Amino acid sequence: MIKTDILIIGAGPTGLFTVFEAGLLKLKCHLIDALPQPGGQCSELYPKKPIYDIPGFPEILAGDLTSNLLEQGKQFQPGFTLGERAETIDKQEDGSFIVTTNKGTQHHAPIIAIAGGLGSFEPRKPKLEGIEKYEDKGVAYFIKDPEVYRDKKVVIAGGGDSALDWSIFLADVASEVTLVHRRNEFRGALDSVEKVQELKLLNKINLITPAEITDLHGEDHLTGVSVTKDGETEILEADEFIPLFGLSPKLGPIGDWGLEIEKNAIKVDTLDYQTNIPGIYAIGDVNTYEGKLKLILCGFHEATLMCQSAYKLLNPGKKFVLKYTTVSGINGFDGTRKESPKAVVKAIV
Amino acid sequence: MQDVTIHITDREGEKHTVLAPTDMAMNLMEVVRSYELAPEGTIGVCGGMAMCASCQCYVNSDNDINAMEDEEDAMLSEAFNVKENSRLSCQIPITEALNELEIELAPDV
Repeated sequence: MIKTDILIIGAGPTGLFTVFEAGLLKLKCHLIDALPQPGGQCSELYPKKPIYDIPGFPEILAGDLTSNLLEQGKQFQPGFTLGERAETIDKQEDGSFIVTTNKGTQHHAPIIAIAGGLGSFEPRKPKLEGIEKYEDKGVAYFIKDPEVYRDKKVVIAGGGDSALDWSIFLADVASEVTLVHRRNEFRGALDSVEKVQELKLLNKINLITPAEITDLHGEDHLTGVSVTKDGETEILEADEFIPLFGLSPKLGPIGDWGLEIEKNAIKVDTLDYQTNIPGIYAIGDVNTYEGKLKLILCGFHEATLMCQSAYKLLNPGKKFVLKYTTVSGINGFDGTRKESPKAVVKAIV
Repeated sequence: MQDVTIHITDREGEKHTVLAPTDMAMNLMEVVRSYELAPEGTIGVCGGMAMCASCQCYVNSDNDINAMEDEEDAMLSEAFNVKENSRLSCQIPITEALNELEIELAPDV
């Protein structure tokens, strides 16, 4: 069981900045994120795009902002559970919470800060009749273990980097790889597109474009897919079908935690961004209140106020006054100390 | 500059006629959101970067709209419910050419 003071759900910019603000109050943080790397949308969707409204940065790339936030919080030694989605929450008798992920990892904390942005990123599923029936029985939206596909007939659908990359990878693993895309053009790194072209000429990838998968076949397990091209449909033998149509954020299981939801977001009190459940806060894009703006800078503000409130909840009656880092410096949990240089007082003779 | 009139059919099939300013650097997705014609969290999810297709719409009038760029074209190639007249509304800036534009919001996926 992982134990921490503040369990942050979502490792986007707001979640990462919470680590710093909590650290100033000597509170330790642990973050859970469904994505395999921290940074949320900034690192997953647009790491190379500039952001112009971070105070003090006339322009900063989203990926660089993530790196800076990680660096800023590093001395407070946050823990990470990455690639796992927070699934359930159980309130304990003492008012603390146990959050369990989809992989069964348990986290125990007195304070929960949901900084989940637009939700956890989940694969976009094509609208094919009965597709759910074949999930894990020949249909997968992620490739967890490439060995599953060894010596199998695999059909991949999609036109982006993941469809290209996995087609290339599985060309050496599967007995047959077919890549189906609605257009002739692919959106991916140039060398991936060229590699697929090369493997097509070597007959290691069967490329069908412009075409679509329109039906799935099989009793207990997938045995084939219908491919429609130029209005003609044919059935292709397939052991495995992997639709790779990108990710879309969904509020997911958090929506069932008993929190008050409005406009696909969690309602909070603007006093301290606490939800209707004491001890659970929601900050950043995941929350809503009158006048809410989904901006990173607003998330930073919310994180700061939330940490002050959490401190008071955890230390009732204890006196505390806001300190300026320039005056007090920063004492890291790793034993480091940062402080401003002292003025030199020396007589000139 | 003047506001333009835009006719928007929401996902429930209800028609709305709205005014959109041409001098606020807005795009069509933002106009839909500002009039709350689709629930928050179901439109403009990526913020308008042509990265999610949640703002897909069908253009039903022959206004002289800006041409589609590669990013939008590529995103639509992976989106669902795509038709010949599909566009990502986040990639359509509000200009005077959009006056009397008619669009329909694509289904939420």
